[in-house]
Amino acid sequence: MRVLFKLVLLSQVGWQSFDHFMTACHGARPGVMVVFNLAAAVTMSAWCSETECVDCRLGLLSAPLMDLPQVTREVNGWAGVSLCSTSGPMAHSVRRDAPELPDFSLLKRLARDQLIYLLEQLPGRKDLFIEADLMSPLDRIANVTTLKQHDVDKLYKVEHKPIVSTSDQLCFLIRPRIKTVKWICDVVNADKAFGRFRRYKIIFSPQKFYACENLLEEQGIFGDVTTDEWSFYLLPLDDDIISLELPEFFRDYFLEGDQRWVRTAGSALHLLHSVYGPFSKVYGIGRCSKMAYESWREQVEEGEQRARQAEIGNVFLIDRDVDLVTPLCSQVVYEGLVDDIFRIKCGCVEFCPDVTSSDKSIKVMLNSQDKVFNEIRNEHFSQVFGFLSQKARNLQTAYDKRSGMDIKQMKTFVSEELKGLKQEHRLLSLHIGASESMMKKKTKQDFQELLKTEHSLLEGFEIRECISYIEEHINRQVSMVESMRLLCLLSLTENGLLPKDYRSLKNQFLQSYGIEHLLTFSNLKQLGLLVEQQPGETLTVMESRVGKLVNDKTAGKLTDAFSSLAKKSNFRALGRRLNLVPKSDEEYDLRVPRDMAYIFSGAYIPLSCKLIEQVLERDGWTGLEEVTRMLNGHEFAVTAGSNGSDARVKTDSQRIILVMFLGGCTFSEISALRFLGREKGLKFIVVTTAITNSARLLESMLDNHA
Amino acid sequence: MFYVTHNPYISEHSEKLLTSLILYLLDCRWSVHDDVILLWQDYVSDWTPEETVKRMQQGKVYSLEKFRSLQDKLLLLDEAVNAHDGNVITAVLIYLKKSLSKEILFRELITREIALRHYIHYLKEIGEQKLLLMQYRDHLNVRDENKRRDFLKNCLSFPFSPDDATHVQDHYTLLERQIIIEANDKQVESSGQADIFKKYPRKASILNMPIITTLYYSCFYHYGESDGTFSSPANIRKTFRISDKQFLLTCLGARAKLKAWFDVDALFTTKNWLGYTKKRSPIGFHRIVDILQKNNAPVQVLQDYVNLVEDVEQKISLAQKYKCHDVIINTYRDLKDRQQLIVYRGKVERSSSEYRKIEEILSNSVRLWGEVSPRYRSRICFPSSKLNLNH
Repeated sequence: MRVLFKLVLLSQVGWQSFDHFMTACHGARPGVMVVFNLAAAVTMSAWCSETECVDCRLGLLSAPLMDLPQVTREVNGWAGVSLCSTSGPMAHSVRRDAPELPDFSLLKRLARDQLIYLLEQLPGRKDLFIEADLMSPLDRIANVTTLKQHDVDKLYKVEHKPIVSTSDQLCFLIRPRIKTVKWICDVVNADKAFGRFRRYKIIFSPQKFYACENLLEEQGIFGDVTTDEWSFYLLPLDDDIISLELPEFFRDYFLEGDQRWVRTAGSALHLLHSVYGPFSKVYGIGRCSKMAYESWREQVEEGEQRARQAEIGNVFLIDRDVDLVTPLCSQVVYEGLVDDIFRIKCGCVEFCPDVTSSDKSIKVMLNSQDKVFNEIRNEHFSQVFGFLSQKARNLQTAYDKRSGMDIKQMKTFVSEELKGLKQEHRLLSLHIGASESMMKKKTKQDFQELLKTEHSLLEGFEIRECISYIEEHINRQVSMVESMRLLCLLSLTENGLLPKDYRSLKNQFLQSYGIEHLLTFSNLKQLGLLVEQQPGETLTVMESRVGKLVNDKTAGKLTDAFSSLAKKSNFRALGRRLNLVPKSDEEYDLRVPRDMAYIFSGAYIPLSCKLIEQVLERDGWTGLEEVTRMLNGHEFAVTAGSNGSDARVKTDSQRIILVMFLGGCTFSEISALRFLGREKGLKFIVVTTAITNSARLLESMLDNHA
Repeated sequence: MFYVTHNPYISEHSEKLLTSLILYLLDCRWSVHDDVILLWQDYVSDWTPEETVKRMQQGKVYSLEKFRSLQDKLLLLDEAVNAHDGNVITAVLIYLKKSLSKEILFRELITREIALRHYIHYLKEIGEQKLLLMQYRDHLNVRDENKRRDFLKNCLSFPFSPDDATHVQDHYTLLERQIIIEANDKQVESSGQADIFKKYPRKASILNMPIITTLYYSCFYHYGESDGTFSSPANIRKTFRISDKQFLLTCLGARAKLKAWFDVDALFTTKNWLGYTKKRSPIGFHRIVDILQKNNAPVQVLQDYVNLVEDVEQKISLAQKYKCHDVIINTYRDLKDRQQLIVYRGKVERSSSEYRKIEEILSNSVRLWGEVSPRYRSRICFPSSKLNLNH
């Protein structure tokens, strides 16, 4: 059900003033109230039981106190808005086939309120320094005006340079990174040397690390600087996407083997559990998933349990390294393609002048609020043009209605329809512009041939041709990341490169893009993205056994036969086992997709999503033993034990599945899950450490900058 | 404070200390009361490693100082690893780093992979780690090219794997060469002696560019120099063991950019022992056509290479794409495809030479035409009938 009302209440607020408001809410639609303190919760539950308001949900959250006038103002504001928008019928029209998603905007409010509280901890005017990659997430939570309201004077981006601020109080809002803390130490020590006195506060988001505090201590400024944590774990990017905005998770965990973010993931899960849970079943695969799950369980045990109706029933945790093939494929679903080409940042994209057909670039929010985008985001790119032109025709018809209207009709048209049409018009021309621009870019670089190579790799077909295509790609010094992507795909699908190929391709790569990429290769190897097949690793036993039976000459021939056997990788075996690669000789209708493979033009069903589908279908890993063995195990399925009393709610929440990707997920995977949801009458909520794509993933492997 | 002053087990001195500590804690934290009381309670009863790790995870007050014996330290470390919390693992490691000798710490970490990786990552972040490749990486921090070259030279003695050693050697040789070439060309360019630099001024320095970019540069500015000079394409090719294919592609790009079509031609021409010339290429000619076309080669040049494409369908489609009429007409003539010629006649201007040429071929004796060769029938008839439908 759609959540309409949220209240932030304090025990000090006068209750009577809410009474009529509550009655109004209740009469209109069921809602959810979030109460920020115990006394308020008690009062509220009393109110609800008195008026038999069963649909109001009560939650208890510990959040810092806010200033009172602010709250009252906001509540009043809300009341106004909400009462205006309750013209709909009594909303119990929940469609059985697709339960509605919980409302995640609450997470934003939580984060916002806590941030404001933290800022108030340093009273008086202050300058705020913000870590560069926290700026966009912060922008989604609190705008400049809000910050200014809380005595923030000037805003700066952290640039690791000496500062020019004249303020007596400096506040730093940063990720817990050694490099940034080191910079702050330098700033403070420079002030000290200069004999300048200021007050400093560091707010770490989402948490602080001991290593950072240790650095403060070592640099002699522990105590001069106060530190705090802004537990901003989750940023809702859309109705069904929540991001931790931690792109470094992938490198830190999978490459460096550092588990610093594991507890963070657990805490994020804990937050979701306490607001939208309790979860009844948790599935997962991967070492990190398992640890995050355990960390969450621990935190649940530490806190108190409250009986509540669950909004989210099931959870699926998956490590990114369970499926590295999918994020390395070219994206061809609209949203994914936009991300690949223009890079969507925090749910927002900047369209360059050749898209907007003006002299400025425009920033556009891409989410379900954009009605045009919402209809094409999950479509295969080849379908988008047709859709957009149909839409344009419809729009024209709607505009044309004007002719032959009398004054009165015209007046209604202008006041009711025109604004909507104009808005749609604007969005439509933007997306058409974007599609054209993407088309241009893709035809320029022989996209078809590139896709063909990718599909051949996935299918395991004409590998030699693929290798020479990649070779030429490297030779012509076309985009370095693309070359690397193809090499990694080759290695992943073939279970490593033959030593001879590995050496030759690496050599040519270094020649074309610079020898310092030795570091990149070492990283790729460490992570298993690009490896050399170990000669004889799987062969020796068989060979020696056979070698004894036959003479040397035939043994030589047999070795050849075996080496082709050994090349059959886990990916191939998984592909067969799970039917990931549909037969290429069948026609695939992209207009009416029959499975999740449509997100890759019908060539490949993403392994990650297929696993999710299978596990949900089987309610566990039974029957998938061989698959999990090939994926290195660490799978689990645990009943968390919820006994919801309301059967209807229970089944509804059972069909809402939260999928958490540790290490990032792509828009294509989200599209695939949305498709799966529509097919099975489920709703997926994707929680990810960050939205990723091939370029981001590979760029995080680079070490070649000073 | 009440508790503190009434405890009989605490000496006056530590009582004072504790009091000031608690005052301090109350000062800087806003919800410290529970912690402070707990701190007091636990002052007499030691925390186990497990409790300590738990408290660290929860951000509560803790103390590591009492883990003094090696055994206690390692128990604490193992407990942190068991808790899967990287933050705590690193915190314990920092304590161990301060309180254990390097040798002992590493000896113990060797058998604890997870802790070791955390330790290496931590050292890397605070800039203390000097593993093999990381040392090589430091060359990126050296700005001055001569110093960077010396740095790389120094790297040559590191025990890299044989493969990597070759690459590092290459890196050093490359920079050494680039410094020489750069100095020379800069001087030549500013003195205005060579036409090529006047006509195509250098956009950037060649320093720190990849090998292939250097080769391209050399093919662009130093083509035709004798093998002996450092800047000649042949010398670079040999020094860095560049493959035929790679060399050809780079060279082709550079010469085509300069519109030196004669050089382009020479790249593919081989003579056999009888003196006949023949064009050969290690990569498909359709690719060559692509590259030439991207460099704005005129039709006269393009069509020579389109003609060399082996696959007939590919040849025709390329010829159509780049408007090489002669190639198309000749191909249809050789295929004896009257039908296609007639279709094609409809696509060219009536007054053009191509039109006349088609007319001429078509009006030639019927004998020339005869039957369409059966080999091509299936291939050609299908698209031609499709085309007719369109008309």
